[in-house]
Amino acid sequence: MMDRLIESVAQLILLLALAPLVTGVIRTLKARLQTRRGPAILQPYRDLRKLFGKGMVIPETASWIFAATPWVLFFSTILAGLMIPMVAAEAPLGLFGGVLAVIYLLGLGRFFLALAGLDTGSSFGGLGSSREMTISALAEPAMMLAIFTVAIGAGSTGLTEIAGAAIGQNWRFLAPAQMFAFAALALVLIAETGRIPVDNPATHLELTMIHEAMILEYSGPYLALVEWAASIKQLVLMTLLINCFWPFGLQPNWFGFGALEGIGWLLAKLLLLSCAIVLLETANAKMRLFRVPELLAVAFTLGTLALVSTFLF
Amino acid sequence: MIAELFLSGILVWLAGAVASLVLWRHPTAARRMACGAALAGSLLELAGSAMAIFSGGTTVIGLPFGNPMFSWAVRIDPLSAYFNAPLAVLAAAVSLYSFGYLRHMEGRRNLGAFGFFFNLLLLSLALVFTASNAFFFLVAWEVMALAAFCLVSFEHEKEEARNAGVLFLIMSHTGTGLLLIAFLMLTSASGCLDFTSFHLLASRMPPLPQGMVFLLFLFGFGVKAGIVPIHIWLPEAHPVAPSNVSALMSGIVIKTGIYGLARVFFDFYGPPPLWMGTVVLALGVASALLGVLYALMEHDLKRLLAWHSIENIGIILIGFGAALMFRALGQTNLAALALIAGLYHTFNHATFKGLLFLGAGSVVEATHTRNMEKMGGLIRRMPATALCFLVGAVAISGLPPLNGFVSEWLTYQALLAGFGTTQSLTRVMFPIAGSLLALTAALAAACFVKAFAIPFLALARSDEAATAQESSWSMRAGMALLALGCVALGVGATWLVPVFDPITQQTLGVRASAALVTARGLALSSGTAHSGTISTAGIALLFLVAGAAFALPLAMRWRRRSVTGPAWDCGLPGLTADNEYTATAFSKPLRMIFSALYRPRREIQAEYEVSPYYPSAIRFESEIEPTFEKHIYGPLRERIMAAANRMRGIQAGSIHAYLAYIFITLVLLLLFGVRG
Repeated sequence: MMDRLIESVAQLILLLALAPLVTGVIRTLKARLQTRRGPAILQPYRDLRKLFGKGMVIPETASWIFAATPWVLFFSTILAGLMIPMVAAEAPLGLFGGVLAVIYLLGLGRFFLALAGLDTGSSFGGLGSSREMTISALAEPAMMLAIFTVAIGAGSTGLTEIAGAAIGQNWRFLAPAQMFAFAALALVLIAETGRIPVDNPATHLELTMIHEAMILEYSGPYLALVEWAASIKQLVLMTLLINCFWPFGLQPNWFGFGALEGIGWLLAKLLLLSCAIVLLETANAKMRLFRVPELLAVAFTLGTLALVSTFLF
Repeated sequence: MIAELFLSGILVWLAGAVASLVLWRHPTAARRMACGAALAGSLLELAGSAMAIFSGGTTVIGLPFGNPMFSWAVRIDPLSAYFNAPLAVLAAAVSLYSFGYLRHMEGRRNLGAFGFFFNLLLLSLALVFTASNAFFFLVAWEVMALAAFCLVSFEHEKEEARNAGVLFLIMSHTGTGLLLIAFLMLTSASGCLDFTSFHLLASRMPPLPQGMVFLLFLFGFGVKAGIVPIHIWLPEAHPVAPSNVSALMSGIVIKTGIYGLARVFFDFYGPPPLWMGTVVLALGVASALLGVLYALMEHDLKRLLAWHSIENIGIILIGFGAALMFRALGQTNLAALALIAGLYHTFNHATFKGLLFLGAGSVVEATHTRNMEKMGGLIRRMPATALCFLVGAVAISGLPPLNGFVSEWLTYQALLAGFGTTQSLTRVMFPIAGSLLALTAALAAACFVKAFAIPFLALARSDEAATAQESSWSMRAGMALLALGCVALGVGATWLVPVFDPITQQTLGVRASAALVTARGLALSSGTAHSGTISTAGIALLFLVAGAAFALPLAMRWRRRSVTGPAWDCGLPGLTADNEYTATAFSKPLRMIFSALYRPRREIQAEYEVSPYYPSAIRFESEIEPTFEKHIYGPLRERIMAAANRMRGIQAGSIHAYLAYIFITLVLLLLFGVRG
């Protein structure tokens, strides 16, 4: 019980501290690849500090939903983050929910964010909410198929068991089922975190923006909470992907020097995945909104193939 | 004690029905009598069914008249007691709500008649769930259908209410006809009408009649439950009824179909052939997905909720279908898990759909329209209604920690475990059903973002919405009761699961709760070897702690630094309701993506004076094709009309011809009898 509490606190600190760094690293790498200097890696931290110190402008048209949303979003994302294995194979809050709870908690945050987008009465917010809910709905079946494939291998939806099974099988990543499921989940990750080619996190152009449109009216500390939650969500989904498929370096527990080694492995894997995301973002242009379903259909097909290949190979 | 409580509940409802009819000339007295009796009866029934559920036994109550063949007896076994619980909870909330809701009808409508049919409906529902033999069951079933018909077309001066009522009546009776045939086939096999004599009987029949009985029951009960493709009455009938009746219709009347299916699938049948489960699972997936897809295109608030009833019936049937398949495959423990998932969702749907319909009723009463595009900003005018509606919306979207999440989680666990139960290709059905369930749930979340945000948030889109009044205290109390139910059924999941033990014991012969509840009652698990766990209580607790410890103090501090200002209006002269996103606009991406299903048609007419870039007026019309009505029911109706026209020939009006018909029929029957 006490151990779980310490582990939870440790993972909580790691989540909160690491998330802006991942965002910063991706931004810097992307800038370098496009031969720009780009902002410093630590810029997201400075942004957060500055935003937390500022005042807020609340739209006159908004209700209490607008004020409650940043908190619901932030807490549900963190709670989801505590249910995944990051450093130790055992997820600190694994008892409270597995991969399904993670998905649905992220869904809870999204539900409120979409409400907040519509709450201001500005048409941008509605536009963002509508697109966000559409894309996430279409991403869901592919995600569930990929997760079912992984969960069938482990015989459980608990992430501790899933990571454990992945370790136990001595890394079966090259099995076709795992490859397909990985590809499907990677596509879903791109759609869910709002990255190119689905959404562009760096734009405020009304024709293309999705996530940014929903949060257009947020300012000051609430904007900081929303931005922080978005980067934590990105970290959670990335960690979910890497620790389900590349479970190297996951430690038996959070205690002793093993934890440092585990954190080192986590950082290395995150860096690798970030590089892949940066390459993908730089090599592709943003898709038209109505081409996104085709991308997600590809993900669904990959998920089905993953499932079928679990008993063909 | 259980028998006394049950009977007194029934008698209170009966007395309420008669008394409100007697008082019809005194609207206020009739309203109080109708609602008071309904409430008192519900509380008695609630106590009775709670005791029956926790005792886990069976109570038989025979009435002292009738003959042995057609006996008026009720049997409260665990399954019946379980279905009586949501009935009693929902009826209590709806009765409380009706105190306020019916007040505006006083003097304009016959509240005595309303009270009569309302109490009669509750009474017949309780009897449908507990009837002990096919004869009494069908009598109660018919009383229920007729009472529901009268309540649906209560506002009979409206043409749509009359049409919807007739459609409901026709489809309901078609279903009853199928049930009658199925019960007769069972009776001829058992030689007795009592349900106990049907126990496991259907499985002992030869394959052909066994399959026929199954399909007859599936479609007979399916009509009432509203499964696709025999759902078309549901989105017509539920919205036109008064909203308290809509809540009962969607919350519990369609559950009589689910009760019937549960009774047939798990009581009358032993392990069934595999195809039966496959059919039910496929129908469940189709109902869930099509229900939510059509709901997304609706901007009539109550019709939207009605379509969601079809979706949720689909989710329940996914659980039942999986349970049937597991039973066929010999996996009794998994069958129990899937059955619990389906039954749990049945109770959940009764609470949140009842709540949402009551909320919609308050909104419709305040704004005098069912069209969401004419609402908006109601969260400021009706804060309590908005909060209750939000709880219902989160619950129906299956989001943690409320009740919809628990039953969907159990359904996912059952489907996931299903993959390992067989080596044949059939097993792919389970994960595919799971992924389509995920799509359904995500689309439902999208739909309820729309259904909550468009009426309640942002600016009012009409004068009625801008001047709307909050509902009376009794209406708010009714909604709050169901909102609490949603929270309790979600957070208290681990305490509720043992309730299903007597049911699974009775039907499948296993008790599942010991395997499902782990960590000293804190978490729910799927009961398999390395199962996943979930703790809605834990999630809710962490949310509360985090909210109290961080959110409240910080929000207080930040509030001092915040100012209010206008939202960004693109430099236009101020934001108006015309700038807001509409329900139609919100669902536009999905309308385009699923255009193969919807076949949308739109018409835009712009009027301009000087330049086409500055139109003075624009008329926009958009509609989707009602696939089932157009391609199945349209041709079917034409065939029936044509056949009826042709049959007119034999109805010549000549007494000689009629005598000849009687003679021929008699001869044929005699021949049949001699041969038999």
